[in-house]
Amino acid sequence: MSKYEISIPEVCLVAMVGATSSGKTQFANRYFKPTEVLSSDFFRAIITDNENDQGISKEAFDLLFYAANKRLNNMKLTVIDATNIQKDARAEIVALAKKQNVHAVAIVLDLPEQLLQERNRQRPERNLPPRVISNHCREVKRAIKYLKKDGFRFVYVINSIEQFNNVEVIRTKLWNDRKDEHGPFDIIGDIHGCCDELVMLLEKLGYVSSEHGYIHPEGRKAAFLGDFCDRGPKNVEVLKLVMDMVKEGNALAVPGNHDVKLFKYLIGKEIKITHGIDKTIEELEAEGEEFKKEVSKLLDSLISHYVLDDGKLVISHAGIKQEYIGRASMKVRDFCLYGETTGEVDTYGLPVRLDWASDYRGRATIVYGHIANTEVKAVNGTYCIDTGCVFGGKLSAFRYPERQVVEVDALKQYYEPIKPLEEKKEEDTGDVLIAQDYNRKMHITTELLPSIDIHENNAAAALEIMSRFAADPHWLIYLPPTMSPCETSFEEGYLEYPTQAFEYYRKRGVKNVVCEKKHMGSRAVIVLCKDNKSARERFGINDESRGIIYTRTGRKFFDDNNIEKQLLGRLGEVLNKTRFWKDFETDWVCLDCELMPWSEKAQGLLRTQYGPTGYAGIDSLDNAVEALKRVCMRPNNAFNVSELTTGQNIDPKVLLDKFTSKKEDIERYIDAYREYCWKVENVDDIRIAPFHLLATEGKVYSDQKHVWHIETIRKYMTGIDPVFMATDYICVDTENEESINNGIRWWLDLTSSGGEGMVVKPETYIARENGRLLQPAVKCRGREYLRIIYGPEYLEPEHLERLKKRSLGRKRSLAEREFSLGMESLYRFVKKEPLYKVHECAFAVMALESEPVDPRL
Amino acid sequence: MILTITYEGSNTQDLGYLLHKNPERAQQFELTYGKAYVFYPEVSDERTTAALLLDIDPIDLAKGKLGSREGGLFDYVNDRPYASTSFMSTAISKVFGTAMAGTCKKKPELVDVPLKLTAKVYALRDNGNEELAKKLFEPLGYTVSTERKVLDEKFPEWGNSPYIDLTISGTVRLCDLLNHLYVMIPVFDRQKHYYYSDDEIKKLLDHGKGWLENHPEKERIAYRYLARRKGYARKAIDVLSAEEIVGESEEEIDEEKEERIPLNTQRMDAVFKEAINSGARSVIDLGCGEGRLTSMLLSEPQIRKVTAVDVSVSALEKAARRLKLDRMATFRKDKLDLIQGSLTYKDSRFEGYDCACLVEVLEHIDPSRIPALERVVFEFAAPQTVIVTTPNREYNANYESMKENSLRHSDHRFEWSREEFKNWTDHVCEKFNYTCEIKGIGENDINLGSPTQMGVFTRNEQV
Repeated sequence: MSKYEISIPEVCLVAMVGATSSGKTQFANRYFKPTEVLSSDFFRAIITDNENDQGISKEAFDLLFYAANKRLNNMKLTVIDATNIQKDARAEIVALAKKQNVHAVAIVLDLPEQLLQERNRQRPERNLPPRVISNHCREVKRAIKYLKKDGFRFVYVINSIEQFNNVEVIRTKLWNDRKDEHGPFDIIGDIHGCCDELVMLLEKLGYVSSEHGYIHPEGRKAAFLGDFCDRGPKNVEVLKLVMDMVKEGNALAVPGNHDVKLFKYLIGKEIKITHGIDKTIEELEAEGEEFKKEVSKLLDSLISHYVLDDGKLVISHAGIKQEYIGRASMKVRDFCLYGETTGEVDTYGLPVRLDWASDYRGRATIVYGHIANTEVKAVNGTYCIDTGCVFGGKLSAFRYPERQVVEVDALKQYYEPIKPLEEKKEEDTGDVLIAQDYNRKMHITTELLPSIDIHENNAAAALEIMSRFAADPHWLIYLPPTMSPCETSFEEGYLEYPTQAFEYYRKRGVKNVVCEKKHMGSRAVIVLCKDNKSARERFGINDESRGIIYTRTGRKFFDDNNIEKQLLGRLGEVLNKTRFWKDFETDWVCLDCELMPWSEKAQGLLRTQYGPTGYAGIDSLDNAVEALKRVCMRPNNAFNVSELTTGQNIDPKVLLDKFTSKKEDIERYIDAYREYCWKVENVDDIRIAPFHLLATEGKVYSDQKHVWHIETIRKYMTGIDPVFMATDYICVDTENEESINNGIRWWLDLTSSGGEGMVVKPETYIARENGRLLQPAVKCRGREYLRIIYGPEYLEPEHLERLKKRSLGRKRSLAEREFSLGMESLYRFVKKEPLYKVHECAFAVMALESEPVDPRL
Repeated sequence: MILTITYEGSNTQDLGYLLHKNPERAQQFELTYGKAYVFYPEVSDERTTAALLLDIDPIDLAKGKLGSREGGLFDYVNDRPYASTSFMSTAISKVFGTAMAGTCKKKPELVDVPLKLTAKVYALRDNGNEELAKKLFEPLGYTVSTERKVLDEKFPEWGNSPYIDLTISGTVRLCDLLNHLYVMIPVFDRQKHYYYSDDEIKKLLDHGKGWLENHPEKERIAYRYLARRKGYARKAIDVLSAEEIVGESEEEIDEEKEERIPLNTQRMDAVFKEAINSGARSVIDLGCGEGRLTSMLLSEPQIRKVTAVDVSVSALEKAARRLKLDRMATFRKDKLDLIQGSLTYKDSRFEGYDCACLVEVLEHIDPSRIPALERVVFEFAAPQTVIVTTPNREYNANYESMKENSLRHSDHRFEWSREEFKNWTDHVCEKFNYTCEIKGIGENDINLGSPTQMGVFTRNEQV
């Protein structure tokens, strides 16, 4: 016996309709996944432990619909297992389907009443009066007539137990689902009868004319975004060309508003002869009935939008909101044809459009037309490629997956636009940042670490810092990670020593490391564009600046814009001279640097903390030592332990030694901080040492070794202007004792003269051990330098011993996550992902920085 | 940190009896955060000097004492081990407690005799407040001299050090001198090494007994001794039977001095009035700070909904405390939302209000971010009315304490002249289709305008 086929869309909302005891639950569980079935009995039990508690039905249905809504948000087929015999109950289901833009399906169990009465008798726990069953059965029969009218797109009725047992549920793909088509595609915007330009464009794209229409020798597929006709000169020719390509499977097409209007005309509905349709009608009427029928057939078959390439690409005439993608309803169709308007009209009398693209946060690339702009407009992964050919603009194609725009100029202006084509606005509306993307728990996937979580309270802290202090987010394409020191040393009199830094990497299988001199300055990131035009176009910066220097917390390095401007200008000069822009084929560069002197950024700290500590130390210790000397010099001040008074006796000479040593500590501490301070009168006094060439157009240099970075920087950026200096380094083989000793000597030399120390990095930019990401760098700081971190007296043995107990785990975990996020933001920026995606990473670094961690590490 | 006390006259070795410390010995005492030593750098009939030297453990300070549950109070790099601070007071009471109480078993007759005494305190942090030492000690009959040097002679551009070496001398009883030092040393400093409690009030009153109530600076002493906690200070002042205490603000220019009604009050009143006059039923207070305006709006029956927004979580917490959110009646609470939000991020929660107020907010935002703020407020939230206030830079000339070209608050990124404000409002009106009326708040100076300028924007009807 052949199966009774129930064919339903793979995403839809199914209502089981049937009298009590008709076997709805049994049916649902048999033909659907358990998680797909939401049963009212189940939700009654959830609330009261009693699935028959009818008194609680309202609350149970609240929960049920809440769950159903969540499932449909995730495009999950959902079955509502309840009697659904009341009209109101079904109306609620239809309303939800409508809201979610999915089809509502009814599966009705209309089994003989006798059978149901029998079943009811066998269910003592329910045991309803027989008249209830009778009533239900009557209502089901009545309902069947109205289901379609009520809004159920598909209705299936099961009349017998045999049929019940012999059902096959067939899930059909939605018409818009072409996820299995992977292209490559050439998506072509609004044509409006401009056939000459269309042919030129197709040929430019590499299509050749054949007896089956235009075809691409490499198997590319064209995709037309609708609005084939009206206003332009050769409407019928365009229709023929498009129809041929679609028929032969060489092109996809979605309808535009003009096409829908034309279709209405063709099936004899009344339309207003406006917006240039008159010309099209004239041409069509000349072609004859047969052709008109053919056109009508094509237009009728077009689907509002297509979801392509595993859901990574969506095409539609007027764009599509994220929540409409892959769904089907009149609302979705209308959006795809007309977009959405605010209900207001602008000064030209045209409707004001709602800016859906600036709110778009989906992963799929959306390519659409409908609104003529002078240039292709890219916003948040959406591309409007209507460039107003018929108005004398261009006809544009978007190549996917290449994301290239190919265009041909209009041969002439065929039609006068009501208002001028939309120029690219000064600030593109698309890159407005939205609070709701960031003021919540964030989950970020990066290339280096698959999953980074940001807690809500850290995000709140980041929102404050970003809003109050950070530079324009357009510039913040990278924030540097924090850096962990090496483990504490066993070496006497040292807190940090190179051995541990080498050990860290050797133990994790890294043979070769690079030691870079740590310049004692402040971390600075430089983004520099070739000129302010590229700053505007690539970064969306409108204040005429061509770059920025910012701190590791995204704050402008200099309060004085003029200093920044001069420094950037000088770097620009250097890069011009070394032909950097040309050699790297780029209009911009992002550098990770150290900027000196430290006092330039630490001015506040020096005046409020470092300087005063030194001053108070010297002042009080000088006087203490003086006083103690006088005690020791007094002849009658014999020390005698036996004569105790209130306190404990102590030898003043011991005290004198102790305080003399403290005084020396303070003096060395002052020497240490003075080392990193000098007065800056103009930019000539500033030094900048870039050490990572992070990225240029199209490239992030995380695939290059550190030695490449330093040597490339040396070659292109240093030796011309004394402001820009190179970074000294040596390479160390962590498995070779001589090499290690060499490294240690190098560090001792650096630090004995007051240097800050060194940074030890694996040879490669990114290092892993068995897949696990290693620290991108570990610092080893000098003995004297550490006085300004751990205090003047930290080397006193009783202090040092306590300081050696420190835990690095948290710092290292932070460094790892921040490194991944920093690189991720560069990867995203270079891939031209939308601002909100790039900003997400910078924002997350700020959020992580708000986690409490020992600031001395 | 070190303190010396010198007794001049005859038989000055008696200082040893008075202090209960033998001049012939150096002694040490345990303190919570280190040790104290007492010794005598000079001993003779005519002149005897005792020194109290503190040896504070910087690591304990930074890390918190082993076994204590509190984290460290201070940074590793810190003047606390060296500068004379509340640690010194604690040491005085611990080491010289008996002397302070005016007890001397061996020579009780000396206790009540005013002696010629000189005390030297080194590295006392007065933060450049030159008058403070004199104001504190002269009313008590001391001759006061202070010495101040540059912070770092290698970098004279860093200016003077915030410390003085203080010498006070006078003919006083030793116990009085000790009590004076005990109370006054912490008055100089901002940070205290202990947590405050009612205990501290008692200590202040005990050690100030007999002299503090008549001291002309008693409010300031109480306020600063109690680490600038107004609540505690007021309690102490009540006991000292004084009038209202006036708070100190060291970073912010005191706009209030010039006005009979505080400028902030005038500002709030003016904004409130505009909001009501606009006919608004719902108001969003963007940058609510501690919630003064929010609180006024909540009490106004015309307003059905108030949302207070600030980017600072701690400001919101303060606002919640100020508004007594946890005890608020349900009816009132339902009218109010307190949310964290930023004016440079588009936020759907800002939409749907009749009126938005930005009271003294603009000038806290970096100029490069103002365009983003404009769009968030005027394009996306787009309420019928927007009220903006910001300082008028020209008026700063009237604030005597202000240096030229400085700003009223350290976090201000700019302050606009009247013309600059006008230009900005014109730009906003044109771009976002609003009309703006500019008004002044506070006393109107004929030449310089009012201290605060207010723009009341009204959205133009759509065509």
